[in-house]
Amino acid sequence: MSTADSTITIADPFRLGHRGPNLARGHGGGGPATKRVVVGYGFWLFLLTDIIIFACLFASYAVLAQATAGGPTAKQIFDTDRVAWETACLLASSFCCGLATIAVAKRDQFLTQLALLATGLTGLAFILLESSEFAALNAQGYGPSRSAFLTGFFTLVGCHGVHVTAGLLWLGTMMAQFYAKGFRPDIGRRFLCFSMFWHFLDVVWVAIFSLVYLVGTRL
Amino acid sequence: MLGKLSWSAIPFDQPIPLIAGAVVVLLMLGALALVLAKGWMPYLWKEWITSVDHKRLGIMYVLLGLLMLLRGFIDAIMMRAQQAVAYHAQGYLPPEHYNQVFSAHGTIMVLFAAMPLVIGLMNFVVPLQLGVRDVAFPTLNSVSFWLTATGALLVNISLVVGEFARTGWLPYPPLSELRYSPGVGVDYYLWAVQISGIGTLLTGINFVTTILKIRAPGMTYMRMPMFSWTALASCLLILAAFPVLTATLAMLTLDRYLGFHFFTNEAGGNAMMFMNLIWAWGHPEVYILVLPAFGIYSEVISTFSGKPLFGYRSMVAATLFICVVSFMTWLHHFFTMGAGGDVNAAFGISTSIIAVGTGVKIYNWLFTMYGGRIRFTTPMLWSMGFLTTFITGGLTGVLLAVPPADFILHNSMFLVAHFHHVIVAGVVFALLAGIEFWWPKAFGYRLHEGWGKATFWFSIVGFYVTFMPMYVVGILGMTRRLQHYDVAEWHWWLQISSVGVLILIVAAGCQVAQLLVSYIRREELKDITGDPWNGRTLEWATTSPPPVYNFAVLPQVIDTEYYWELKQRAFEQARLSEEPKYEAIEMPRNSPTGFVCAFFATIIGFALIWHIWWLMIVGLIGAYATFVVFAWRDVPEYMIPADEVAQQDRARRAARQHILNTGEVAWQ
Repeated sequence: MSTADSTITIADPFRLGHRGPNLARGHGGGGPATKRVVVGYGFWLFLLTDIIIFACLFASYAVLAQATAGGPTAKQIFDTDRVAWETACLLASSFCCGLATIAVAKRDQFLTQLALLATGLTGLAFILLESSEFAALNAQGYGPSRSAFLTGFFTLVGCHGVHVTAGLLWLGTMMAQFYAKGFRPDIGRRFLCFSMFWHFLDVVWVAIFSLVYLVGTRL
Repeated sequence: MLGKLSWSAIPFDQPIPLIAGAVVVLLMLGALALVLAKGWMPYLWKEWITSVDHKRLGIMYVLLGLLMLLRGFIDAIMMRAQQAVAYHAQGYLPPEHYNQVFSAHGTIMVLFAAMPLVIGLMNFVVPLQLGVRDVAFPTLNSVSFWLTATGALLVNISLVVGEFARTGWLPYPPLSELRYSPGVGVDYYLWAVQISGIGTLLTGINFVTTILKIRAPGMTYMRMPMFSWTALASCLLILAAFPVLTATLAMLTLDRYLGFHFFTNEAGGNAMMFMNLIWAWGHPEVYILVLPAFGIYSEVISTFSGKPLFGYRSMVAATLFICVVSFMTWLHHFFTMGAGGDVNAAFGISTSIIAVGTGVKIYNWLFTMYGGRIRFTTPMLWSMGFLTTFITGGLTGVLLAVPPADFILHNSMFLVAHFHHVIVAGVVFALLAGIEFWWPKAFGYRLHEGWGKATFWFSIVGFYVTFMPMYVVGILGMTRRLQHYDVAEWHWWLQISSVGVLILIVAAGCQVAQLLVSYIRREELKDITGDPWNGRTLEWATTSPPPVYNFAVLPQVIDTEYYWELKQRAFEQARLSEEPKYEAIEMPRNSPTGFVCAFFATIIGFALIWHIWWLMIVGLIGAYATFVVFAWRDVPEYMIPADEVAQQDRARRAARQHILNTGEVAWQ
């Protein structure tokens, strides 16, 4: 009896620069992928699961959208001007995040911090605008408890808002890490995840903007 | 200050939960005192609690699962005893307590017994089978485990502090809404399942990444062992299904806590939306459990028949077929909703079609055994018990899949008999077989065969005696979850069923005895070679128990059943392959992150259940602080020097060389 002793010369699955003969890493028979691929791939999977959560909220909103229970309809309460500004803020934030990615690639601390600060401020502006919308609705008595339609609306849009808020916390931590630890590979991988998360929130917002606000004000 | 929590939450007037709770608390305090007195705490902390090693986490998952299996079994005993005596009488359990018992039984068995056992075996086995050193995200793996443990802890706290849900294992609204369930029972359910569900979701992400991105060189998809394939399919289902659970429970939580109207009767809420959403998770959940079970049977049957798995490619195809189609059958849980004939017909057909994939698997296992030299070890007995039992259980499922029949059988004891038939024979038998099969790999000694066989025979007889009468009372018109009844025809059958439970108690006793006897006689049951069963996959290539890094050098896989081929070649040539060149190995460092996360998750969960808002804020700040501290770590890995690796691997090679020299191997 023998052992699985046929060898390759490289020891570690988590290390960079580690491949089988003539094969790409992380595919088919090429052996373990690099850390950057593994981390990015895992985070993609996380984003997909998050998309499924949003899909459930979209579905429930679609089911409940007409159940206004004598309360206001979508057309009566949506303020498209404010939503346009919210969208502009969030898209600008995503753009700044893209600039930050370039700055990180250039290893430029000042530009990185500046771009991330701009990302955060535009994201914060979005949250403030959304909060003012929610507060205004509540003040009119159109809170989430008023009808199933408003329940679905507040939950779907609010869940996105909670994601952006959590993202802002993460962003602050990210800036502090770049400042304190510099452009280490592991921090670079975390930033890769953060930027994916931030752009993903934009994608969800585009769906909310179209399916909730645009469709809601037309119908 | 303490929200809804007061002394009235402790059920001083109800002896059963109070005594049970007191015994558990005493046992836990006793265990803690023993650990502290013996000075084992530093060892436990360093080697287990903070461990990020997939093998250690797997063992802890299995331990948690076995404990919860026992808890769920005690609930089952209470229910069978109640129904055996509650004929023209109230029985010994008051209705509100009985309702909690069946709710806790279902919740615990599915989410805190079966899931940890399945995930535990995946944790232990998959990286070994893939020939790698750990999962993709070792620390995240530890977080997953401890979050699952948090959920289990919260469910068990509800035994003594407050109450558990009385709504069944899936809290259907409007019953589960605040108006009809004003107590904390449903809140315990919601937060326990939510927290452990997030743990499971993270496990899914971790294992899909591991299996798709971290395999030994040469381990192409069509060379992956069957258990790894089913683990992949199961984790893909986790990725797609558990977010639905998270979202659905969050909606019910919002209804209860903030007066939202997702599922209420008022203001346009839609209770049937809950049924659809919860079963969009709940049905795939069944396959999340049973697919890895199929993987275990595949490994066991192939090993003990001494043959490669018959129809490997069709087995992979059937697994993925089930993986996809399992998302298209959820409506069969409520054909009676009134969706109309067309919708019901579509889901009836999809439900019947899923049996095709399972049928392919059954034939593959039969043909694997055909012409093989079968060794009737305990894992093999469990597998053969499964083959015979599961087929009839599946047939009753096909009956239920026919909507007109379902209108009569819906929510009857026939249904209860059916799903126990397939889950017990499909999942529980597999888990016991798997534990038996991989035990020597984990601990370095085999389990005692005699006690194992006794466990099997008492289990299978007890199983039939317990559950077959339920089909009968179901057809006689008995609905599920009855606290008492007045129908004479049912009484005898329910008493037979409780006799079956007595046999199952004997089986459980045999299982415990097996573990104890095997531990005491571990020297004579010792597995010296690391390959006690004449195995075929890579986990048998390393020592038992494996070193922390699993493989001194990563295997270079060139074939399906690569380890088997290598072993045959070594026998033919009567020598091992060349000694490899050893290098230093980089491994992830232990981290208390998972445990600390679970600590704060417990605080947050408990605070939310009892509306103790300040405590919730403390928990959230603690959780964020944990995140920051973890992000700030500078040295996530450590190196194992090449000398140390070489020394350990030479010892392993020497043990194997010894067998080659002596020529004979007495395979169990």
